Amino acid sequence: MADLSINLAGIKSPNPFWVASAPPSNTAYQCHRAFEAGWGGVVWKTIGEPIVNVSSRYSSIDINGSRMIGLNNIELITDRSPETNFREIKECKERWPDRAIIASLMTDSRESWHDYMKQSADAGADGVELNFGCPHGMCERGMGSAVGQNPDVIETIVGWVMEAAEIPVIVKLTPNITDITYPARAARRAGANAISLINTVKSVTQVDLERMCPEPYVAGKSTPGGYCGPAVKPIALSMVQECASHPEVGLPISGIGGIANWKDAAEFIALGSTSVQVCTAIMHYGFRIVEDMIEGLNDYLDRAGFASVNDLRGKAVDTVQRWESLDLNYKRIASIDYDKCIGCNLCYIACEDGAHQAIALVDPDQKGVGLGPGRLPGRPVPEIKEKECVGCNLCSLVCPVHECITMIDVDNGKEKMSWSDYQEKVAKGEMEPIPAHP
Amino acid sequence: MPRELMLDEKTAARNMAEIEPKYSSQEAVVEANRCLYCFDAPCIMACPTGIDIPGFIKKISSGNLAGSARTILKSNILGASCARVCPTSVLCEGACVMLDRDELPIKIGRLQRYATDYVFENDVKIFDPPKKKSGKRVALIGGGPASLGCAAELAQLGHDTVIFEKKEHAGGLNTYGIAYYKLTTETSLKEVELVKSLGIEIRTGVEVGKDIQAKELEQEFDAIFIGVGLGHTYKLDIPGEDLPEVVEALEFIEELHVNPLHEVPVGRRVAVIGCGNTAIDAVTQAKRLGAEHAVIIYRRGEKDMPAYAYEYDIAKKDGAEFVFHAVPVEVLGKDGHVVGLKLARTEMGEDGRLNVIPGSEFELPFDMVIKALGQEKMTDMLKGMFPDLELARNGVIQREPATGQTNIPHIFAGGDGANGGSEVVNAVGEGKKAARAIHRMFTGETVEGPVQWTRIGVVNAKPVGSGLDNPIRVPELETTYSAGGK
Repeated sequence: MADLSINLAGIKSPNPFWVASAPPSNTAYQCHRAFEAGWGGVVWKTIGEPIVNVSSRYSSIDINGSRMIGLNNIELITDRSPETNFREIKECKERWPDRAIIASLMTDSRESWHDYMKQSADAGADGVELNFGCPHGMCERGMGSAVGQNPDVIETIVGWVMEAAEIPVIVKLTPNITDITYPARAARRAGANAISLINTVKSVTQVDLERMCPEPYVAGKSTPGGYCGPAVKPIALSMVQECASHPEVGLPISGIGGIANWKDAAEFIALGSTSVQVCTAIMHYGFRIVEDMIEGLNDYLDRAGFASVNDLRGKAVDTVQRWESLDLNYKRIASIDYDKCIGCNLCYIACEDGAHQAIALVDPDQKGVGLGPGRLPGRPVPEIKEKECVGCNLCSLVCPVHECITMIDVDNGKEKMSWSDYQEKVAKGEMEPIPAHP
Repeated sequence: MPRELMLDEKTAARNMAEIEPKYSSQEAVVEANRCLYCFDAPCIMACPTGIDIPGFIKKISSGNLAGSARTILKSNILGASCARVCPTSVLCEGACVMLDRDELPIKIGRLQRYATDYVFENDVKIFDPPKKKSGKRVALIGGGPASLGCAAELAQLGHDTVIFEKKEHAGGLNTYGIAYYKLTTETSLKEVELVKSLGIEIRTGVEVGKDIQAKELEQEFDAIFIGVGLGHTYKLDIPGEDLPEVVEALEFIEELHVNPLHEVPVGRRVAVIGCGNTAIDAVTQAKRLGAEHAVIIYRRGEKDMPAYAYEYDIAKKDGAEFVFHAVPVEVLGKDGHVVGLKLARTEMGEDGRLNVIPGSEFELPFDMVIKALGQEKMTDMLKGMFPDLELARNGVIQREPATGQTNIPHIFAGGDGANGGSEVVNAVGEGKKAARAIHRMFTGETVEGPVQWTRIGVVNAKPVGSGLDNPIRVPELETTYSAGGK
């Protein structure tokens, strides 16, 4: 049994799985249910001046029958009073002393930030998370992503917060910005203890062509919302990695964005996250999903020989480098297992029209590959033109059969040479420029 | 003619291969992803051992295979064999919500098999040893599914258990009595090993009442669980029944489990008397062993057969033949061997009774006759062991259904010997219930559930905060429900 407990900038929890600040963390009732299920922490739904919400609030996209691949929302922060929220935090914390409760906060004036910081600490919260991320509604009032998109404002506000901070401060970053390390570095300069990312991505999920209005529909109008769920995971992973790698950020990270199972969580941790936060998967299936997350992560750590989840943290960070450092002489090509190929020929058409014309269709009898799992006699089979194959992976990505097309390393006898090495060698006259592709 | 047909080794292996082979990893994940992961799912309700089915399927989908198997085996220690032999179409899969969406139900049985096979293939440790030992000892008579289910639960609750099994191997019908193409001997024995790994002692080749007396067990142990199952097939009581080619269905099935497949002889023309699920196993097995004709003889009509519809389909696909509305009146013999059956037609009388039509006799040629008329109760054996044990009028052990407790307080019972004959999964479930009742008798503790945590909500706690003004209360649950999250 691996040790799953973590300590993020002084916030301790028995496992790295936290409920993100969102509809699932709105009340004490939900917080209790989350802890019953096994969640290690809850980031409370953002506390501020209570707002008034609209009806309807969510929309989503389905892909090929899979529901809610991406979820979009225009719900604002809490619609309950700070008194109610802080009282409930206190009650939950007393009942679950070993779990982490983090108060998410959003307000405007320096005095107000100071007041909320004091109330959070008095309620017994283990830390606070500053919501500088919401891309809808609150930003129009100068809060949320309006703060997160301006590093100077971040620095100022975090500075105010730190004046009154008795407990650790996490700054939650918006991805709606060109370089995530700018706001991250601003948070660091102002003395924040940690960052969490990503908040939602500004989005319009679809337009209802009958009503000629996007969803979520509110009396003939809509507004761009915040996008989350499995669809945003690649964006989140990249931003987490950028922050983890940047020497001027250097803060513990709570990773957020499309995490739905233990494997997603392990990936965020491998790219530098200490804790991970989950919302959409809970909104889809309920708090019960954490059982598989805890068990799956535990079994993975045991299998991989990590005694603690902390040993996994950041293990893949250094493998992500600038393009110019990648080896130009590394070569891989596609390989087809004809015993598995079902003859859909998607690899052929993808390569022919969409990539590098490196797959031919050939007579299966001449090739001597038989009919595999039951291909029709006389139909051509795909064949990799090994000389033409650039190893782009596309055919293996479109292939619908598990392990039918695999990418194999080719030993071309060449030594490692990055773009930087190449530039240097050409400049020194040690080699001729590589001829352009015909 | 004696039984003499035998297949070559390759053909026998091919014909007896499992009818539902193991999923590849791609098949399993694709199928698992079809599962909606229902909350409070109907499939769980339909499972006599209350496995958290959506939970284990979700774990296949996430690649947490050890966890998936753990979810299954904690609820049902014989999850691997149940995956193969459960009548899923009338249990979990029959309850699947996909049916209400006009789609095929999730293949729960095959997914369960995929997850449990992972444990056998990778030697995964599933169970932690119990936190404390009670010092109490329980003897279990019979090594079939009921006793294995009971012993596994008792062991996890910290009690010592010894199973007494008269045969060479434990497992009961799972090891000896289920058509080979559904459940191999090897799988059942692996499962027995899994049970043993919980620290359970199994004394095989020991018959209670012969090698050791029941009285000795009562003196040596704090409680006894009777999981003896049922006895021989009912007799036909017709002339010629003693001819050598007249065999019991379970004996015929057992032959494949104790001999190499290609060394089990079968007749060319085989009659199977009866039309329950065991009859189907026997007729299908006869066909697969190479019988030219294998014919079910059933006294009632097609609509009345007790076999499950999908079992009937298997038999038909294998080319079995059916003679309905007929009963055997004589096994015809020549030179000491079976040569045929004399049959008579039946009809339903106006009083609802089945009558033999006088003068309707006809003969059919057979060289082997398999009796599958249901099994006798073990009345004499039970009375011999425990003279004070109360039996029901139909010969099964009288017991409290919820606890398995008999009229003798320290003696409990479950499985076919108590329920008159049901599925493996029912036997495991009854064994588990009895184990909990025994635990309560020893310790006064009630094992809560294990129930799905999702049903627990917030209980036994004073409401705090406005959100908890109406805490969820646990509905009255079957005590066999599984613990997903705890």
